[in-house]
Amino acid sequence: MRTVNSLIGSPIERLEDLRFLRGRGEYVDDLSHNGCLHAAILRSSVAHGRIRSIDVSAARSLTGVHCVITAKDIGNRVPRVPMRLQPLPEFEAFAQPVIAENKVRYVGEAIAMVLAQTPAIAEDALGLIAVDIEPLPVVIGRHASTGNATLLFDETGSNVAMKFRAARGDAAAAFKNAPYTRRENLRTQRHMALPMEPRGLLAQWDAAREKLTVFGAAKVLFFNRRTIAKQMGLPESAVELVENDVGGGFGARGEFYPEDFLIPFAARYTGRPVKWIEDRREHLMTVNHAREAQCDIEIACTREGAILGLRGHAYVDVGAYMRTNGAVAARNIAQFMSGPYRIENIDIDVSLFLSNKTPVGTYRGPGRFETDFFRERLFDMVARDLGIDRVEFRRRNLVPREAMPYQLATITPFESKDELDSGDYRVTLDRCLAEIDWQEKSKLAGKAVNGRYHGFAVGCFIEGGAAGPKETARIVLEPEGDFSVYVGSSAIGQGLETAFAQIAADALELPMSSIRGVFHGSTSYVSDGYGAYHSRSIVMGGSAILAAVDNLRAAIRIEAAKRLGCKDNEVTIAEGARAMGRNGRSISLRGLSTSGISAEGAFLNKKHTYTYGAHAAHVAVDPKLGHVELIDYVVVEDCGRIINPLTVRGQAIGSVVQGLGGAVMEHLQYDEQGQLLTGSLADYLIPTASDFPNIRAIVLEQHPSPINPLGAKGAGEGGIIAAGGVMANAVANALSSFGAEPRELPLTPQRIWELAQG
Amino acid sequence: MKMPPFDYACPATLSEAVALLASGNGEAKALAGGQSLLPMLAFRLAQPSLLVDLRKLSDLREISISADGVRLGAMVRWREILDDARLSCAHPLLKAAVAEVAHYQIRNRGTVGGSLAHADPAAEMPGIAVTCEAEISVTGKSGARVIRASDFFQGPLMTALAADEIIVDVRLPRWPPHRRWGFMEFARRRGDFALAAAAVFYDPDERAKACNAHIGAIGIADRPLRLASVEAVLNGSSVDDETIAQADAAACAAVDPQDDIHASAHYRRALIGTMVERALKAARAR
Amino acid sequence: MKSRFEVNGTSVEVEVEPRLTLADCLRHQLRLTGTHVGCEHGVCGACTVLLDGAAVRSCLMLAVQADGSKIVTVEGLSNDADLTPLQKSFRKHHALQCGFCTPGMITTAHALLSEEPDCDAARVREVLSGNLCRCTGYISIVEAVLDARAAYKSRAAENG
Repeated sequence: MRTVNSLIGSPIERLEDLRFLRGRGEYVDDLSHNGCLHAAILRSSVAHGRIRSIDVSAARSLTGVHCVITAKDIGNRVPRVPMRLQPLPEFEAFAQPVIAENKVRYVGEAIAMVLAQTPAIAEDALGLIAVDIEPLPVVIGRHASTGNATLLFDETGSNVAMKFRAARGDAAAAFKNAPYTRRENLRTQRHMALPMEPRGLLAQWDAAREKLTVFGAAKVLFFNRRTIAKQMGLPESAVELVENDVGGGFGARGEFYPEDFLIPFAARYTGRPVKWIEDRREHLMTVNHAREAQCDIEIACTREGAILGLRGHAYVDVGAYMRTNGAVAARNIAQFMSGPYRIENIDIDVSLFLSNKTPVGTYRGPGRFETDFFRERLFDMVARDLGIDRVEFRRRNLVPREAMPYQLATITPFESKDELDSGDYRVTLDRCLAEIDWQEKSKLAGKAVNGRYHGFAVGCFIEGGAAGPKETARIVLEPEGDFSVYVGSSAIGQGLETAFAQIAADALELPMSSIRGVFHGSTSYVSDGYGAYHSRSIVMGGSAILAAVDNLRAAIRIEAAKRLGCKDNEVTIAEGARAMGRNGRSISLRGLSTSGISAEGAFLNKKHTYTYGAHAAHVAVDPKLGHVELIDYVVVEDCGRIINPLTVRGQAIGSVVQGLGGAVMEHLQYDEQGQLLTGSLADYLIPTASDFPNIRAIVLEQHPSPINPLGAKGAGEGGIIAAGGVMANAVANALSSFGAEPRELPLTPQRIWELAQG
Repeated sequence: MKMPPFDYACPATLSEAVALLASGNGEAKALAGGQSLLPMLAFRLAQPSLLVDLRKLSDLREISISADGVRLGAMVRWREILDDARLSCAHPLLKAAVAEVAHYQIRNRGTVGGSLAHADPAAEMPGIAVTCEAEISVTGKSGARVIRASDFFQGPLMTALAADEIIVDVRLPRWPPHRRWGFMEFARRRGDFALAAAAVFYDPDERAKACNAHIGAIGIADRPLRLASVEAVLNGSSVDDETIAQADAAACAAVDPQDDIHASAHYRRALIGTMVERALKAARAR
Repeated sequence: MKSRFEVNGTSVEVEVEPRLTLADCLRHQLRLTGTHVGCEHGVCGACTVLLDGAAVRSCLMLAVQADGSKIVTVEGLSNDADLTPLQKSFRKHHALQCGFCTPGMITTAHALLSEEPDCDAARVREVLSGNLCRCTGYISIVEAVLDARAAYKSRAAENG
């Protein structure tokens, strides 16, 4: 790879921006289709019940309504939402039917679907459907669920779907004679990704060719295509999923939801194109929820503050069904409780229990935000007990560079092992402290200035990335001499088009302008793809592009050699888009082939990368209001290799702000009847421009990853991971004179006020 | 969240508007800025048969300032209040409260009359109206009448307006030049509805003691309230730290808030005390 | 019902149900899909357009209420030839990621800068607090708007 004018590492302005800034993005609701029907879905307003009857006759007769579909119109067995990750047989009994059959298990579950001429008429018709539901006792909370007095699934005998266990060393022995232990009960709250664009789909069925096209897909198109094909009895080649512009994902959008079957089904059933756009109220009750977890955790240390062991029990409320990736967060809680710290003896189990709430899935940094809060809170309490400086305690226990690769706890079932790849965790910690001027500023810790108490905290994190197994890319040398790049990765706003153009152009040793475009996501672009999750796109997609470029260069050399009358290993491809042979003969790449030359490449991977770093916060708390002002917030992370410093910094800051939202304001609240109380954006609060104005992100690339040719590590989730723990510790530090020990998120004004009441 | 179907009319005169509202037999609603009403329709919490758009009623758009005080036409938008330089002297408390209303885009459309008619217990304008003893002029098929703010707000989203009545304007009494005032609001985020807010004013007498104290509490009950017991603490006293502390305590004792998902009763009670305390400190510092 | 108004300098006449919002009218009848719908209850700001020069939430307006008005959408604040100074500033500062909130941000920022080219960071944050973004964390957006002030100041100076 050339070193002169290298594009990788340059803050190239994004190509995507040219259309987004002009309002020329094409999101699924921007698509129109003549003759299209609009779908609206009737959703249960009861959290748990048996459906006695559904009367759609009045809805059917409303002018403009085409038809109304319920479970009986779908066939003998209503398809289930499959599990994509950790598809253990134990989970099958808890799978969600794509439309309610005889039971409803959460408020928001689909009961019927109206197809009408306009979205408004479809919604009018919903009000005319009469559903008779016999209410059943509502299961809310861990004790109600694990008590099993009322089962969500009668056949299973239990509301506990699974228990994961993380083990390393011998925790029992470590605790037996430990000079110091502390045990705490800590909780994180249910909240969600909330991308700004609601979900939507437009499905078209070509009856003549028996071909289905679905627009509005995202994230994991190839898996979803496989699923739809199977559920509709079609060969995969008959199903095409198209990724349009996507208004954010953060883990939640793009997973297979009930509507991903219902809308294509409706298109085939009616023989008309069908469009469905979710509204925000629906979104809040149907898109995967996340983060509701509690743990009973215990730590053992020496008196000097070396951690001897960590053990405990965690409980994750997974909602009413196990959906595509509902087990990931829980599994991560088990494996990543130790974070970037060297803890030799671990014994943690995590139970997944069901309740009559919306099912859960992954949200940026799944399980990691939770564990970071649990662990970092515990650390601050322990440091104080032992009389050790909080920073020193962390520094002492971070996995040192020499110990890499460092094996994490082993997870069962799956016998899944993982190891931290590379890095010097102390460097990012020290840099973070320097940036926030910890030494000077923290002298204010716990003190009041004009009635507000100042607090400081620091926390360290790791962010796993680069999930395998594979990603595919295809590069085409077009007849015009420029290049098109196709990838199986999905764009969700993270700037893939630009970053991949940088990687491809760099590998081709050509300017960015030689890349005609980067085409992502859609199933017709590459033979196989996996998508965007677990911060994998740069590593997996980027590495696949490198492999594709290698293959393309080989193909170009073969073609050029024929024309230049030499051997293909005598051809070099030079700047200026020419292929050079022997004796100074050269040929332009333009017109080298009238039909273009195409090559695919793939990157296979079984190991994870670990971006790592530290966050520090300086807050001022008004104890009479319970208000926290964020005076300064610094995140320092090392992501191995920076492709585009503009976009990686943007990801870090955006991610931090989401984390801060989770720390202080976001909360999906239910009542005892399973009613979602936060049903609009006036009640589910996310950060605005005025809330956190002082955040700085510094991204380093001192320790490339050894496991991929780019040396990159997945980045994009680190910002969110540490925010909960750091904010809670900062508030605790500020209110230390009140004896405040936050043990639960979010830290709302009321909760902070209560902590300050002593 | 598409709205349910309704008819729409855009009358050119007030009497036409009244006639249209009356024709709805209780199912018609006046449409002013739409910033509160239209979300209710989007959630299908309201299903009026007819919306009567008041935007052509130019008589309702005036801000007039006279010896009687400040008269705001029902269709005056928040933006117009903030842009009116005269109001900085003529009614600074009004301006300070309106600056807290929602967001920039909402302030370009939302109206005084709309806010009063909607009667959200956590909204600023109803709170100002009650605190300042405003008079609300309305007209309906039975003619015109004036309703005192203290009688106007009857519960959450409930007012004394009959189904055929339209607010014409609201008159705030004259604001004397030496008045001390304060407005303190605490919301979860900038622009959210207040968890609690206090609007206060008093006139210092020749010995610098407070008289004519008016203390309004917003967001802590089913309607905005004046806190008479707090006013009693202030009237005839110097507004020193001790008096303010007593006022804080009296405010907490005077209210009986409910629990909701944003705040418990216990926390809200403490909050209103803090709002009163800080509003008085701001007033004193003027 | 008919509603006649001007959009981006062009007069239009639409035939609509009273309940159709201005946002839906712009997007689906006039095919100006740059204005986005994120919540339909007046909180997120993705639907912001200019109505007679003022930034408003088009999901909280009926198409029939727009009769007689001049509306400008993000398309009317753009041109094919080049990005405007405000758009260039957004791009330079990486003030957008998924792009969904961006038209609302651009429209609101344009309204603010046109009225107050001297606004400070606190004012920019206050005004933009009515526009939700989930991707950027806002800091780059505020930087972009502040950086664009120069262009609006010189424009204001030119116009006297």
